[in-house]
Amino acid sequence: MTSLEQTVNKHDMEIESISRRDFLTTSAMWAVVTSMSFVLFGLLRFPRPALFPDIPKIFKIGKSEDYPLGSEKIFEEKKVIVRRDAEGLYAISLICTHLGCIVTKHADKFECPCHGSKFDDRGKVIAGPAPKALEWFKVSQLPDGKLVVDTMKRVPIGTRYGI
Amino acid sequence: MAVNDYFKNLVNLPRTFVESFIRHGKPTSERARSQTVMSNIFLHIHSTRIHRYTLKKTFTFGLGIMAAASFFILTVTGILLMVYYKPSVDLAYDSIKDIHYVVPSGRFIRNVHRWATNVMIVSVIFHMARVFYTAAYKETRSFNWLMGMGLFVLTLGLSFTGYLLPWDQLAYWAVTICSNIAASPRELTDLLGITHFFDPGGLMKVLLLGSEEIGQDALTRFFWLHCIVLPFFMVMILSVHIWRVRKDGGLARPDHIKDKDLKGIREDENAKHVFENAPQKTYGLMCLVKGKSPVVGKGPENTIPSWPSLFIAEIALFMFTFAIVCVLSYFFDAPLKEIANPTVPENPAKAPWYFLGLQELVSYSAFMGGVGIPTIALLGLALIPYLDREKQTLGRWFDNRTGRRVARHSFLYAAAVTIALLAFTVKFGWLRNWYPDLSQAVIIFINPGTVLLTFFVVWSFHCLYKYDSTRLSAIALFTCFIVSFVILTYFATYHRGPNWHFYWLKSQWPIH
Repeated sequence: MTSLEQTVNKHDMEIESISRRDFLTTSAMWAVVTSMSFVLFGLLRFPRPALFPDIPKIFKIGKSEDYPLGSEKIFEEKKVIVRRDAEGLYAISLICTHLGCIVTKHADKFECPCHGSKFDDRGKVIAGPAPKALEWFKVSQLPDGKLVVDTMKRVPIGTRYGI
Repeated sequence: MAVNDYFKNLVNLPRTFVESFIRHGKPTSERARSQTVMSNIFLHIHSTRIHRYTLKKTFTFGLGIMAAASFFILTVTGILLMVYYKPSVDLAYDSIKDIHYVVPSGRFIRNVHRWATNVMIVSVIFHMARVFYTAAYKETRSFNWLMGMGLFVLTLGLSFTGYLLPWDQLAYWAVTICSNIAASPRELTDLLGITHFFDPGGLMKVLLLGSEEIGQDALTRFFWLHCIVLPFFMVMILSVHIWRVRKDGGLARPDHIKDKDLKGIREDENAKHVFENAPQKTYGLMCLVKGKSPVVGKGPENTIPSWPSLFIAEIALFMFTFAIVCVLSYFFDAPLKEIANPTVPENPAKAPWYFLGLQELVSYSAFMGGVGIPTIALLGLALIPYLDREKQTLGRWFDNRTGRRVARHSFLYAAAVTIALLAFTVKFGWLRNWYPDLSQAVIIFINPGTVLLTFFVVWSFHCLYKYDSTRLSAIALFTCFIVSFVILTYFATYHRGPNWHFYWLKSQWPIH
């Protein structure tokens, strides 16, 4: 009992031992630290862009008549190759999945000039550091008959748009 | 009469004006010179007296001063280039062309800026090696080693951000590669299938480029980093770095220095007979403190005044650096390729030479080579002074004969392992060539880069057990790091051609 009283008394004394001046100074310093942390925390969002330039992700590739069996067309600006085979149309990205260089098309494969990744005809990795296959994009048809590629929609390898 | 005073003051103006900023009189006496060094804010970064060992040429080779001198040259030429450079996607390339072909002496200034970068990077790396091999990171100097690491990273950051500014093909594709390296943690998050919720790679890329693609935002950010943010931190940390050298008692030096070590370095006659063998007065014992007792019978510290000896050495090094840069700039122009074309990459798309070692690692795995191994290497370097705290003699290259032997063996070991591994990779390929369907996870963790790292770590632990010394183990690891850096850089510079294929000579590159 006494020991508890002593503890309480001691505790009281400790509280009393802080002078008003020390208390106010300490609170002021902590107010500075807190407010500055909030400012810093708010600023963390600042460098992250809220708006991205409006680069069209969907683009027209012409009509189905433009793609006879076995034909292909490269859209340099969009970095996409569109091909037609017996099963239909498909679009493969030409951006290397390793570090974003543009792959060049050879007879039956794609090769990246930057670090030597190689992909087969369907975009699967055969050699080099690329972590995954070239992306396939969704091909669809607009009501007026024009075909579009949507580079925001990825489809599994082998997906074709039947014509 | 106030009028008389007025005219008297007017007549004395030249003298009183000079006296107002030189408060110790002309620096003609040693005392006045010391006081000038002491009271001038810029000169005060050095102490008034330095130890003679500081000026030993084969100890420092002047590398730190050369790095600082090239940074000074870069600051001056950079400020000049900013007069004409326009950080806009449409104008940047043309403004560099103007600087190169139209602006009077513009080409020379741009060349100097370019070559001083190279001199700075080389001297920074050699300076780091000097500090390491002379054990100058120990005791009170641990934190300054960290500051040095910060400066190393800033140096690379500055040279890299400057690389985009000309907006030519080289710039565009180097930054494409780099920003995708920043995004490469996606390799890992993709494997775990969490990229959709947690995408640190994507965030880093967006923060760097200010967009998802390289455009005006990226150029603005790189310009801002290159001209304001990084130079600001560079100046701040550089000041702390040099200041702390002074506060740690000057450059690290051995406790016992033989006279032949100091041959050819100026002596100060006044400092010779300060302490006599026999005390001239009676001393009382006040307290016992830790530390070394002064040498009796010699000048107490073997010091000389900073002004003139140290300052002359520094000015000479600055002129030497400037001369190298000027000669290189006169003979070799800074490159400028075609204007950036986002549809056709350079082939091969090579980063500046000092990043080519990393690019070789990146060609095995983007995440490991571009993020994982550099992080491990930098962390390893930063931790050296905290993990190796052995007491030893400072300021001697490789410490002693054992140190030299470990360094030599590590050199041979690292060279053999690196060359063998490169030869193997070129000749036989790697896992993906043999098992095309192998999961990317295996490639991330088992590729020539990580194998190399494992070999080096094993070697350094071997040395730790064999010699029972953290210092020798650190020498082993650091030597491996430097040797592999040099070999990988050389290999990627000279033996990687179009499509990153191996070629013995550049003349064998296919024509296209």
